Parts: sequence; structure tokens; C-alpha cells
Amino acid sequence: MWSKQVVDMLITGIWETIYMTLTATLIGYAAGLPMGILLKITDKEGLHPNAVLYKILDTIANIFRSIPFLILLILLIPFTRALIGKSYGTTATIVPLTVAAIPFIARMVESSLNEVDAGVIEAARSMGAGNARIVFKVMLVEAKTSLISGATIAVGTILGYSAMAGAVGGGGLGAIAVRYGYNRWQTDIMIVTVILLIVLVQIFQTIGMLIANKTDKRK
Amino acid sequence: MSAIEIRNVRKTFATKDGDVEALRDVSLTIDSGDIYGIIGMSGAGKSTLVRCMNYLEVPDEGAVLIDGKALGDYTEKELRKQRESIGMIFQHFNLLMQKNVLENVCFPLYIQGKKKSDAHKRAMELLEIVGLSDRAKAYPAQLSGGQKQRVAIARALASDPKILLCDEATSALDPQTTSSILELLKNINRQFSITIVIITHQMSVVREICTHVAILKEGAVEEQGLVSEVFAHPKSQVARELISKDTGADVEPVQVQTPAEIQSGKKLRIVFSENSAFEPVIANMILTYGEPINILKADTKNVGGVAKGEMILQFMSNSTHVEQMMQYLVERGLEIDEVN
Repeated sequence: MWSKQVVDMLITGIWETIYMTLTATLIGYAAGLPMGILLKITDKEGLHPNAVLYKILDTIANIFRSIPFLILLILLIPFTRALIGKSYGTTATIVPLTVAAIPFIARMVESSLNEVDAGVIEAARSMGAGNARIVFKVMLVEAKTSLISGATIAVGTILGYSAMAGAVGGGGLGAIAVRYGYNRWQTDIMIVTVILLIVLVQIFQTIGMLIANKTDKRK
Repeated sequence: MSAIEIRNVRKTFATKDGDVEALRDVSLTIDSGDIYGIIGMSGAGKSTLVRCMNYLEVPDEGAVLIDGKALGDYTEKELRKQRESIGMIFQHFNLLMQKNVLENVCFPLYIQGKKKSDAHKRAMELLEIVGLSDRAKAYPAQLSGGQKQRVAIARALASDPKILLCDEATSALDPQTTSSILELLKNINRQFSITIVIITHQMSVVREICTHVAILKEGAVEEQGLVSEVFAHPKSQVARELISKDTGADVEPVQVQTPAEIQSGKKLRIVFSENSAFEPVIANMILTYGEPINILKADTKNVGGVAKGEMILQFMSNSTHVEQMMQYLVERGLEIDEVN
């Protein structure tokens, strides 16, 4: 089985998986981080309560979080096609991955920010800090460790989703596993891809936790 | 002009179990340079009251005037500017745990738009004042409670405030650390003539450094005035309770069982100033009237830097000269007060 062809295919698969995962995570944070912050500050205990905006964001997050990713993938085909020009392949898969990542990341960010001690926020207010300063210089700074471990979990989840996308024409290791393991009954290749996926998740997890611990000044 | 004036402030919180009136018609005047203690049991509304002073809590009714200007008249932006002149410290210090000591002290300076180098220079001066310049690079997690509170004090002083609000600032600290923090606050009050408001449930804190005190109970001011006055002549029940709880050493007193035959007699709390110690008043009184007296408690307390003797006497239940003996004590310049 270890022909050059298979090895090349696996290497390409690894890169495709990394590419899809990291791009979707990056774009996911570009939208999910502000969304999470907005959820936190428009909450009724937040810095700037706004029941309407909170309800809208909360509902959007809940809807997208409750659709199984495989279904979302199919539902988004027209949208993906409009955006990328085709609905299959590695780059096209980034679209549904990102759509699934945004509300997930927003919730992770919201829960990280909820951990910030209300007393520290109050202290900042007592010093005359405005809301923007409190968000960027207090909340995000104090939640740093939790945000980083959240990002680590997000990467792991999105990597898992990217493998799922393989079933409907996505690229990466997931597609290889489905194509060889499910369609052609070549269990050995499937097992190798699964092991590679596990190793990738392990690497991301280890790096993430290392950074989180390294930058945590609370101990 | 008074530094802080609270006029008929009311504040009600809506909770799951119905509305809670945290403050009901509170009026206070705090003069510039005072160390003003606000004392009460937990739930008396102290924390809400102190938060009204910088509008972290906005009163439902009434006005809060700082240097004669009502906080309610300010726009949000002006209010934030005003808050820079009112420092605040907290029970749990509320430092940024992910930033080092220096950056914590710099925080309010950055709000004022100071450059990093200027902010660092000023922060180091402040750390010098609170005695922590050698810990500038440490993180709060590496400091003791007392050190954290010193950092918080340095941070509160960074914007050159005219007023410093202290919300249970010593409640999480042990007695020795409490004393050293109180000493620091006293020095700050003298050195920079900053008006200090201290919220506490410990009478010992008020006694040690406050010039004035207001006693709060269930959202209303029960009694207010000079600490020396309130300490010598507590008028309200809650004031007497707080004073009797204050054992001077911040420890629970050992309860001594009084024999049955003297339990029924009248009890008297007397307060000596320094000068009344020259004459053996109690001994002379006993000799004059020929009746024994039970000393239930005797103590010396430091009230605002002046030593005051405090004694609780009990007359025998069959004593026939109670009125005369009380008169005798008053004539000798002692402050007396019947207690139960």
C-alpha cells in the first residue's frame, strides 16, 4: 500500500486538512470573537445591555449550533456555490466550516468572558474606563488563558468537521478515509488517515495548552 | 465646601424575592479631609451607598454632590472624567491578574492618556509610597493579601484623586495587615489631604482611623457624628451593639459566666479620657459609698490616636446608692451610659 502515490496523497491530505481547519478557524474568529463580545456586553448583566440585539445573536447562535454539521453542509451548497463558484473541494469546504465555526466560537468567547471577575470590571469602571477599554484592556486580557484554551478546542472541533466534509466532496484526510475506507473497503488506508487525524488533533491540543499555560500569570 | 454630600438618596433593587430597599432616604455630609467611616452589619446598604458616591450605582431618588456638583447632572463622558478624581479600593483588591504590579498601577494613567514612559515613572513613585517598589515586576498572584491591597491603593492614587473610597478594604486581611493598611491610609489622608470614605463592618477599623462615622442599619442612617462622640455616647441600639462587639483585638471575647446574685444589678459603661486616670475614681467611689462593684470588663482602646479607657461596671442588685454613684462618676468627668 505504501506506494509513492498513496504517500503523496496522504501528505496532500494532511495539508488540505490543516489549510481548511486553520482558515476556517481564522475567519471563524474574525466573526465569532466580535459576536461573542457582543453577546457578553448586550447581556442584561453586561456593560451595555440591549435585549433585542442579545436575543437576535443568541437565536442565531442557537439555530446554527443545533443543525448537525452534515446537514448544514448540504443546506449551504447553494450559498457555497454562489460564493466560491463550486460546492466541492477543499476551498469550498471552508465556507460551511466557517459558518459552523462562527456561532461555536462566539459561545466559547462568551463563556470565557463570563469567567472574568466582575470585581475587576467594576474597578476599571471606578477608574473612569469606558466600555471599549474595559472590553479590550480588561476582559480580553483577563480571559486570555480561557480564550486560548477555547481556541484550542475550536481547532479540534473544526478539524473534526473538516473530516466529516470529506463525505460530501470536501478535501483533506476525511475525504481520503471515506473514499478508501468506505467506498473501496481499503481499511488499512482508512486506519492510517484516522491515526493522522488523531496526531494532528494531539499536536494542536498540545501547542494550544502550552501557550495557554505559558501566558497564564495567575499562578 | 463639603467633599461629598448625599441628599435623600433612595435605591431599590428588584430581586427574585421582590424589591429590596437598599437605601431609604440617606443623607450624609462628608467634609474635605475627613476619614469618614460608614459602618453597619452586612446587608445594611453600605456597599450600595459607597457606589452611589461614584455613580457605579445610580440612586433612584436624591442627589449625590461631589464638590458641590451633582453627579446626576453629568453626561456619561463627564461622569467617567469625574470618576478619575475618585479612587476606589475593594475587599478582594480587584487587580488585573494577568498584568504585573507596574502595569496594574499604570492602568488608570493610560485611561488619562499618559505615555507609557511617563506612566511607568509615576507608577514607580506610587509603588514607593506604598512600599512595594521592589515588587513592580511581580504578578498579583505572587503577592500576599496586604501587598495586593497596597498595589490597589497605589492604583487608586495614580490619578491624583481628591477622594478615596474603601469598600471593606481590610475585611479579607488579618489584624496585623489590617493595621498596616489603616496606617497607610491615615498617612495618605495626611500627606495628600485626600478625603477617605471607609465602608466596614468592623468597629475597630472606624475606631483606629476614622474622624467621623455614620452607622447604617437596614438602609437608613441610625447615627452619625464624630467618632469620639459616638464612641463615648452611642445613642442608637445598633451603635451600642457594634461597640460592644469591638473587643479591640479583633478577636472574639471569652464569655464569662456571671454569678446569679449579681446578674440582676444595673450595668454601666464608662469611658475615661487620658486625664481621668490620675484619680483612682472607682476605688474612691467604693470607699465613699461602702458598696462593692463588679467590674465586668475593662479595656483601653485607641480612638483616633487617643487612648480611651472603657469599663463596664455592675452594681449589686441590693445596692442602695446607685443614683449617687452615677452622679459621683459624672462629677469626675467620666462619660457614663447604661447598658443591658
